[in-house]
Amino acid sequence: MGAAAGAGLLVPYRDAFALDTPGKLGAPLGPYGERSPFEKAVRWRRDTKTPETGSSFTPIQDSVGTLTPSSLHYERHHSGIPTIDPAQHRLVIHGMVERPLSLSIEEIRRLPSLTRILFLECGGNSGSEWAEKTGVDVQRSYGLLSGSEWTGVPLSLLLKEVGVKPGASWVIAEGADACRMERSIPLAKAMDNSLLAYGQNGEAIRPNQGYPLRLINPGWEGNTNVKWLHSLKVTNQAYMARDETAKYTELMPDGKAWMFTYEMDAKSVITFPSGGQTLPRRGPYELTGLAWSGRGTIERVEVTLDGGRSWVNAHLHEPRLPIALTRFRLPWRFDGREAVIASRATDDTGYVQPTREALIAARGTNSNYHFNGMKFWIVRADGTVTNVDA
Amino acid sequence: MWTRSAILLWLAATVPLAAQSQTYGVGRPPTPDEIRALGSAIAPDGGGLPEGSGTVATGREVFAAQCSRCHGPNGEGNVGPVLAGGQGTLATARPLKTIGSYWPYATTLWDYINRAMPFDQPGLLKPPEVYAAVAYLLNLNGIIREDQVIDATSLPKIVMPNRNGFIPDPRPKTRSRKNN
Repeated sequence: MGAAAGAGLLVPYRDAFALDTPGKLGAPLGPYGERSPFEKAVRWRRDTKTPETGSSFTPIQDSVGTLTPSSLHYERHHSGIPTIDPAQHRLVIHGMVERPLSLSIEEIRRLPSLTRILFLECGGNSGSEWAEKTGVDVQRSYGLLSGSEWTGVPLSLLLKEVGVKPGASWVIAEGADACRMERSIPLAKAMDNSLLAYGQNGEAIRPNQGYPLRLINPGWEGNTNVKWLHSLKVTNQAYMARDETAKYTELMPDGKAWMFTYEMDAKSVITFPSGGQTLPRRGPYELTGLAWSGRGTIERVEVTLDGGRSWVNAHLHEPRLPIALTRFRLPWRFDGREAVIASRATDDTGYVQPTREALIAARGTNSNYHFNGMKFWIVRADGTVTNVDA
Repeated sequence: MWTRSAILLWLAATVPLAAQSQTYGVGRPPTPDEIRALGSAIAPDGGGLPEGSGTVATGREVFAAQCSRCHGPNGEGNVGPVLAGGQGTLATARPLKTIGSYWPYATTLWDYINRAMPFDQPGLLKPPEVYAAVAYLLNLNGIIREDQVIDATSLPKIVMPNRNGFIPDPRPKTRSRKNN
């Protein structure tokens, strides 16, 4: 094409510009869409001896906007992904209730519904950042994070329907996976804004995400958002399940551990440029990233280009929704000089994302979960980008 | 004239929550089978524990047959996590979190083994085998004697070494006014 145009010959317009497919018919219409074969972003997972358990990380370095395609949503499974026929699946609400109920999915879908855009983040996201050597790229260090539109029925509606007995204070949620994953949810949260979700991003929830029914607890660590939900038992005590005692608790330097740490605090990270990427040339770029808070709406994201000495406000994509991913961006010119970059989020409670050093000073290095510190990247003179340990 | 929904609203406003009638009328009462199938969650006070009992000696056999291939012959860990030791390490630079050093309630052990173990065949063990496995693991961690029998009465009374090692989330309970 270039040679023909360069020679100044008269060539038909479409021959000059249609590149590889001049005049060729495209692919026929199909029943279910696929992305372009040129798009390669995939989830990453560490090999485990038991492939039914583990985590897969969303490629947030390649993300645009604020929603994660369901096919790239992060996963954390404890005993594999069950295959569930929605016609056979039921949700049973029992325990300290006046009228225990067994509901089919079809019946749940007849109830008044609502739709919310929310982020979901694993309580263990960024667990690598407590270590001396921090994560080398943003997918492996901040990628247990995704954004979705969820549709379902407010849990409060069904709790009113069954009539919670006086003295009840907890709801024990159980999934239908092989290990029947269990978490205790305070009744106050369940009555406040928990959602029984059957829809995600405009279609039924994917099996990896809890098909056909998932408990969504807005702003709370991913593990409480029990997938494949089949049982809600109303009780007067937390059940001290393995995943709220042995796991998902934060060990402090004094040997005591925090438990029932539900809310995901405000956090942000630059996704471009980020570790492992290379800027092909000098010139203008859009620096961008994601910010979120389990306690409210992102009010401000600041960016440093000089290792934290000075900070400027990034632009925020609208609409900024509470407990949802917020995209920030900053026009930036790479002039071939090394830049040490990071972002810092503030939510509308006034909370400011801490540094890694401040978190470690407060909690030590053995608390595993709820790391929400800043992430610094170094853009080298040659355009390569690494973490600060490299 | 009052509409049906207005009457329902009036009822909702005046009748205590527990006495309210159903609004939507969806679903049906669970069957006894459904309740039984979902009745396996065990409370820290022992609520939900079934009949049966297990000894350390029996548990040693259950462990060798069903658990040791992942957790090692003596619970030292392999594909599955280490199950014993670590007491006194929580406040050190290299804490070892095990049943004996970290888990605050013995009932959790019963609940978790029953619902999730063995990894590739959860639900395989019958209640007496679960009691036995729990007894063996508690003995392995030096929490019960060799001759102690574990059942629905004795299990919730066991005080785990790290029973008082947890505090509720101390972070400020902040929340946006706009957030709902």
